[in-house]
Amino acid sequence: MEEVKLLGTWASPFSYRVLWALKHKAIKYEYVEEDIFNKSELLLRCNPIHKKIPVLIHGGKPIAESIVILEYIEEIWPENPLLPQDPYERTMARFWIKFGEDKGPIFFNFFHTVGEEQVKATEEAKELLKIIEEYGLGEKEFFGGDKIGLTDIVYGWIACWLDAFAEAAGVKLLEADSFPQLQAWADRFKEVPLIKDNLPNHDKMLTYFKSRREKIIASATS
Amino acid sequence: MGEENKVMLHGNWSSPFVKIVHLALTLKGVPFEYVEEDLENKSPQLLKFNPVHKKVPVLVHNGKPIVESLIITEYIDETWKNSPQFLPEDPYKRAKVRFWSNFVQQQLFGSIFTIIKTEGEAQEKAIKEVSEKLQLLEEELKEFFPDGSCSIDSENVGLLDLVFCSLFGPQKVEEEVLGLKILDPGKTPLLCSRVTAINQLSLVKELTPPRDKLVAFLKFIRENALKSASG
Repeated sequence: MEEVKLLGTWASPFSYRVLWALKHKAIKYEYVEEDIFNKSELLLRCNPIHKKIPVLIHGGKPIAESIVILEYIEEIWPENPLLPQDPYERTMARFWIKFGEDKGPIFFNFFHTVGEEQVKATEEAKELLKIIEEYGLGEKEFFGGDKIGLTDIVYGWIACWLDAFAEAAGVKLLEADSFPQLQAWADRFKEVPLIKDNLPNHDKMLTYFKSRREKIIASATS
Repeated sequence: MGEENKVMLHGNWSSPFVKIVHLALTLKGVPFEYVEEDLENKSPQLLKFNPVHKKVPVLVHNGKPIVESLIITEYIDETWKNSPQFLPEDPYKRAKVRFWSNFVQQQLFGSIFTIIKTEGEAQEKAIKEVSEKLQLLEEELKEFFPDGSCSIDSENVGLLDLVFCSLFGPQKVEEEVLGLKILDPGKTPLLCSRVTAINQLSLVKELTPPRDKLVAFLKFIRENALKSASG
């Protein structure tokens, strides 16, 4: 099998999406930790357009953008599929994956803003969570149905990162009484062995996000 | 036609996103019913089929709705497997097509609309961004088409071609409205020749709205945007 390399960072949910998919399919890979403040030659060469992680390098060929990487992994290694076989169900999965991607920057505004702006951004983030819960998840156990699929993996940040981001930013977002189905999904998702055994250290993440938040506040108020 | 295999496309004549899907269906020879939506007065069906975004295009196949132009086009490609195949067979090439189609739709579309809706410094900034992005695209196209060939027929149109066509179809229209060229054959010759080739296809010509209508529409958007920016 050709060599598989993943360029990622320890705290990034985008990095973890790819890692989870590779582990789910039992694909051997080499992981390379990137320093986003000092990007490697390899990263810049492999993703000259966006200069971001994650990047998958398969047999020397680079693929960038986590969603594109995930579809690639699914096509090259179709065993243990993460997308539904039915074309319509597969398309619906892609819709929700794209929705999460497109809204991502808007969603995380609460972390990058202060004062009035942060209040507004937090409300907008909650509206997005409502849409995801009502239309995306509905009554299902997982986005993928009775077991996790690519959509669950892509929304993994809600279950495993959102709390730390919100706490660091001093806001409350995913509360069980406001989003009962989504909270229940998050609890189930975190118990899936693949996910449970492959998560960044929560305390380390919180410390890191808090220091990022301090820098944001400092530049907002200076 | 009966409910089974019935295909409907809810769209609007002015939308480049609808154009991608309309072209895709037409090129594949899929019989479908087209429903023109009034975007100021959206039909109850549209709102029912696309409650999340409430936008066109919406494809309805066997009563089931699909939204988002690139996602719809992949669905069409997977469901009707006759040529043209919009996505290549090879997974690595597919990844590249997906990456660049997203790039054009997410980054270029937005910047080009900014050029249309602004003036002065804001517009200059957008023009510079678009120029840089087009250059990146040109470099990538050199890899896709190493011998520089540009022959396109209705059997070999790809997803990227559809996206280009939706954005650069009314090219000369934008020049008339803005007084500037967005595509410059001197700077991006391969991209320009690809766009010209696609726009020559008779199927594409048939789906391009009349020039006057497009010019009036873009002028209207521009005037409104400038008025609300200053008012």
